[in-house]
Amino acid sequence: MAKLVDQHDHHYCTADVISAVEFSQSGEFLATGDKGGRVVIFQREPQGEYNVYSTFQSHEPEFDYLKSLEIEEKINKIRWLPQLNSAHFLLTTNDKTIKLWKVSERDKRPEGYNLKDEEGRMKDISKITSLQVSPVLRPMDLLVEASLRRVFANAHAYHINSISINSDCETYLSADDLRINLWNLDITDRSFNIVDLKPENMEELSEVITVSEFHPHHCHLLAFSSSTGTTRLCDMRSRALCDQHAKLFEEAVDPANRSFFSEIVSSVSDVKFSHSGRYLLTRDYLSAKVWDLNMENKPVETYQVHDYLRSKLCTLYESDCIFDKFECAWNGTDSVIMTGAYNNFFRMFDRASRRDVTLEASREVCKRRAVLRPRRVCVGRKKRDSDISVDSLDFRKKILHTAWHPTDNIIAIAASNNLYIFQDRHSHHAGHHLEQDRPPQLQDAPAQ
Amino acid sequence: MAGADGDDSLYPIAVLIDELRNEDVQLRLNSIKKLSTIALALGVERTRTELLPFLTDTIYDEDEVLLALAEQLGNFTMLVGGPEYVHCLLPPLESLATVEETVVRDKAVESLRKISHEHSPVDLEVHFEPLVKRLASGDWFTSRTSACGLFSVCYPRVSSTVKAEIRQHFRNLCSDDTPMVRRAAASKLGEFAKVLELEYVKSDIISLFTALASDEQDSVRLLAVEACVSIATLLPQEDLETLVMPTLRQAAEDKSWRVRYMVADKFSELQKAVGPEITKNDLVPAFQNLLKDCEAEVRAAAANKVKEFCENLPEDSRETIIMTHILPCVKELVSDTNQHVKSALASVIMGLSTILGKDNTIEHLLPLFLAQLKDECPEVRLNIISNLDCVNEVIGIRQLSQSLLPAIVELAEDAKWRVRLAIIEYMPLLAGQLGVEFFDEKLNSLCMAWLVDHVYAIREAATCNLTKLVEKFGAEWAQNTIVPKVLGMANDPNYLHRMTTLFCINALSEACGQEITTKHMLPVVLKMSNDQVANVRFNVAKSLQKIGPVLDSNCLQAEVKPVLEKLAADQDIDVKYFAQEAVSVLALA
Repeated sequence: MAKLVDQHDHHYCTADVISAVEFSQSGEFLATGDKGGRVVIFQREPQGEYNVYSTFQSHEPEFDYLKSLEIEEKINKIRWLPQLNSAHFLLTTNDKTIKLWKVSERDKRPEGYNLKDEEGRMKDISKITSLQVSPVLRPMDLLVEASLRRVFANAHAYHINSISINSDCETYLSADDLRINLWNLDITDRSFNIVDLKPENMEELSEVITVSEFHPHHCHLLAFSSSTGTTRLCDMRSRALCDQHAKLFEEAVDPANRSFFSEIVSSVSDVKFSHSGRYLLTRDYLSAKVWDLNMENKPVETYQVHDYLRSKLCTLYESDCIFDKFECAWNGTDSVIMTGAYNNFFRMFDRASRRDVTLEASREVCKRRAVLRPRRVCVGRKKRDSDISVDSLDFRKKILHTAWHPTDNIIAIAASNNLYIFQDRHSHHAGHHLEQDRPPQLQDAPAQ
Repeated sequence: MAGADGDDSLYPIAVLIDELRNEDVQLRLNSIKKLSTIALALGVERTRTELLPFLTDTIYDEDEVLLALAEQLGNFTMLVGGPEYVHCLLPPLESLATVEETVVRDKAVESLRKISHEHSPVDLEVHFEPLVKRLASGDWFTSRTSACGLFSVCYPRVSSTVKAEIRQHFRNLCSDDTPMVRRAAASKLGEFAKVLELEYVKSDIISLFTALASDEQDSVRLLAVEACVSIATLLPQEDLETLVMPTLRQAAEDKSWRVRYMVADKFSELQKAVGPEITKNDLVPAFQNLLKDCEAEVRAAAANKVKEFCENLPEDSRETIIMTHILPCVKELVSDTNQHVKSALASVIMGLSTILGKDNTIEHLLPLFLAQLKDECPEVRLNIISNLDCVNEVIGIRQLSQSLLPAIVELAEDAKWRVRLAIIEYMPLLAGQLGVEFFDEKLNSLCMAWLVDHVYAIREAATCNLTKLVEKFGAEWAQNTIVPKVLGMANDPNYLHRMTTLFCINALSEACGQEITTKHMLPVVLKMSNDQVANVRFNVAKSLQKIGPVLDSNCLQAEVKPVLEKLAADQDIDVKYFAQEAVSVLALA
């Protein structure tokens, strides 16, 4: 691995850029998806390290001949199903098509044939004197197979931005820019439209859906966010079509602070229910907010992720960075939240102590087993050597995708083509002292 | 089994056995489908000791192979040596009942249910019941869901101690952590209740039913509604009020529309199960609420049940209930905002006329029919038209014909071809109801217009429609009204229309009989053999083949044969082909 790192140091190809990171429900597995349509699954070893378990090509580039559109193979989202049996199932999606994959192990194969001898040569037919059924199962090297079980296609006119599995374990939703569809995991030929924001006249279009997620326990509740900075909670019990929301989470914007960029930066890029189901974490361009489901008019907590960028919005707009979609995550006990930033920085906020930390995921600072040092961005003059000035931040290095182990203090951070896995050395230091668990990894296709 | 020199008859079986583990799924599938052949060749003993263990060990296959295997094993009793050995089939089926694919599990459960009847009471307790218990306490939800479907088949045939255990297992599954298992238990609750002694229905089932009906997941609650029907049927009338009705009332007003939908969908069954008194007191107001529900899906499901519900009302108070309670709701539904609701209502509303009689129909229902005939949604109008026969019996169709005609004309010219297709299909029915005079006057021209529709499916349906009309009105009518128009199209500049003439002739010749066919149709067909379009010419050949049997042999020899011979020498290969085919079919060579 270390060698690969050197080889590909500065010129990795776009297909290797990680576009989705997700832990399985138990945390034993971690899946990443990349722009090349590949999915890599890591398994946690007894010692705690995550090693590659299976790699497979989930999506291929396609061409929609009716609309003359290229369909990228990039994996937009990965979601694990609750474990059903010894095999593992996950949903992966690109812009248009959702696929259900089964990852299973096989460690023996049947042997002893009637028509072939031990070496696989055909036997002389006249020598067959008896029938051999042979329940001879010989052990073989562990083979991890990924097999495609279902393809859910042709239900989205726009790009799919999220998928989420319902707590009833029977259905899931898929959301695109304007609609949310509800699927049964067993049925691929139909889905039900449950939210439709498409106006009669597309010129009246005022908002798009950015992300949607089911409540972790209540099978009838789902949340979706929009480009206008609002998050809506829908109750599927009240109507078949959930166009009318049950709750609308929106913070009034001070008109004095309004600017050209107000709406763009308020667009919600990610929504996550807390594990308890009580709170919603939303991420917009500059901040992360925690909402209590019982209070719609303002968030209970607001965390500035990189407020120092407020003066740089014009530059960020010109480079399109302002449209970056940062994801966010809760830790297992809902006490800490995490989200990404620029310059390969990611931020963590302890909700009780209100302490926050900026950490960096980069090959230069991340030595194996080394403890991560907090970083600081300063607006004016440097106070310490380790400080970094706003003007020297690298906006091409961004951490969009992050994931937190469902119970342990283990986090996975995707920085372009590298996946970093950090683990808390002292579990009582909730996520503040992290050490790198393994060297930076490249999401390269295995040599063939 | 085989001699020292080898046995040729073993070869095909050897191939099948080897293909059970072939890399190619299709070959494995083929082989699994011939599993009974393999078992026959191996004999019962080797099937038990070798084949079944092998199958049990290799269950990691593709779904379709597993599905075929699960199905096969349900019919395997004789192949393992009869009922005495049927328990040998349990291990592979047990594994199949735990796989993640629902269809495979369901099939395995179906086969297990089937072979459970072939177990002796002793074997059932020694082999089958332990399997049910293992499944019921399995680690993965897949095995526990499968167990739910097996309780009812073994319960009636085991001792009372085992019965108590089975009830306990079922209770556990009803409160399982995973919603999938609770759903499986809820869906089998009614079935299980049926095999239980009445005292346990009252003590066990009712509490499980109440718990499932108030589950936090609406996907579980809605399944309890289904169980409600079976449970209500089992209980004596006097217990229904206390044991079932509180839960049913709660379900009819559930917060989740899906549960209310289920109540609406099962309303007729519920009505029959609870009997006339409870229907009068409870179900009538509940039904009114469902008809006024805020969710269109629920209203549509309830609207679908209007006729059945009214029919099953107790006779003594039927008319009063309909007139005072149901009809006002129905009137509102006629102008519902949702077209599915209106069209669901339109598909049953005509049925009310037979229940309410002539006077009520004219006074109260007719205005509703007329309103629906003018509805903006074509499906609503179609549904009214498709059920005209019910009204015709009660008040005669003349009452409606004034409004009917514009509705039909509008549908006949609808921009969507599927709508036009649907109305064509009702033409024979309408013709029968309205009579030949009215038909000639108003509808005949429509039927002719469809023959030149620009959509082939419409032209085809129109052709078929003509046949049915001729069957209804007779050959003479055909000769005077249809045939001249059809034959006139033979000179149409559009070759598609000329071909329609041929298609019509194909369809009509038999119904019109020999005389009309020979005198009027045949000359036109023969003349068209000179058409410049090859498609028309080969359709002439096909037509001649089709109408040949109607013609007499002189005519065939003298008129048809020369034309077919000419076509058989046509420069177009298709024309030649069909001409030769006609010659041989008609035995003219």
